[in-house]
Amino acid sequence: MLEGKNVIILGDRDGIPGQAIEKCLEGKDIKVIFSTTECYV
Amino acid sequence: MDLENQKRVKALAEEYGNESIVVILGGADAEASGLIAETVIAGDPAFAGALTGVQLGLPAYHILEPEIKAEIDPKVYEENIAMMEMVLEVDDIISEVSSIRKQFLKT
Repeated sequence: MLEGKNVIILGDRDGIPGQAIEKCLEGKDIKVIFSTTECYV
Repeated sequence: MDLENQKRVKALAEEYGNESIVVILGGADAEASGLIAETVIAGDPAFAGALTGVQLGLPAYHILEPEIKAEIDPKVYEENIAMMEMVLEVDDIISEVSSIRKQFLKT
């Protein structure tokens, strides 16, 4: 489902930060075009 | 959703094309995650940011949803996500974000 996709990561400071999600996607045929960690609340 | 990030997401959708993009969320609770999913699919429900009235239709998934989890190396998932998975209301988050997709995302 993610293969070949451009991915936008919207992490949460109180949940799962963007960097942790980025690590999960490393080495895949995916381009992370934006990754951030915001405060959802 | 952060107003600056709304601007950024809108610009990226214009640059790369909506069909090529998937959004992955890391929200700590179901309601906030659902609101962000709604924002990138159907527009800002708070009528505050650049995505007000803008239906980008970007498929948004939470990192804890099975469709995404299945694509991640279990060891890497364990190292980076599993600890938060234990403390978050996983079922509520999955139910909310998937129902927002069903409600707003045209397939």
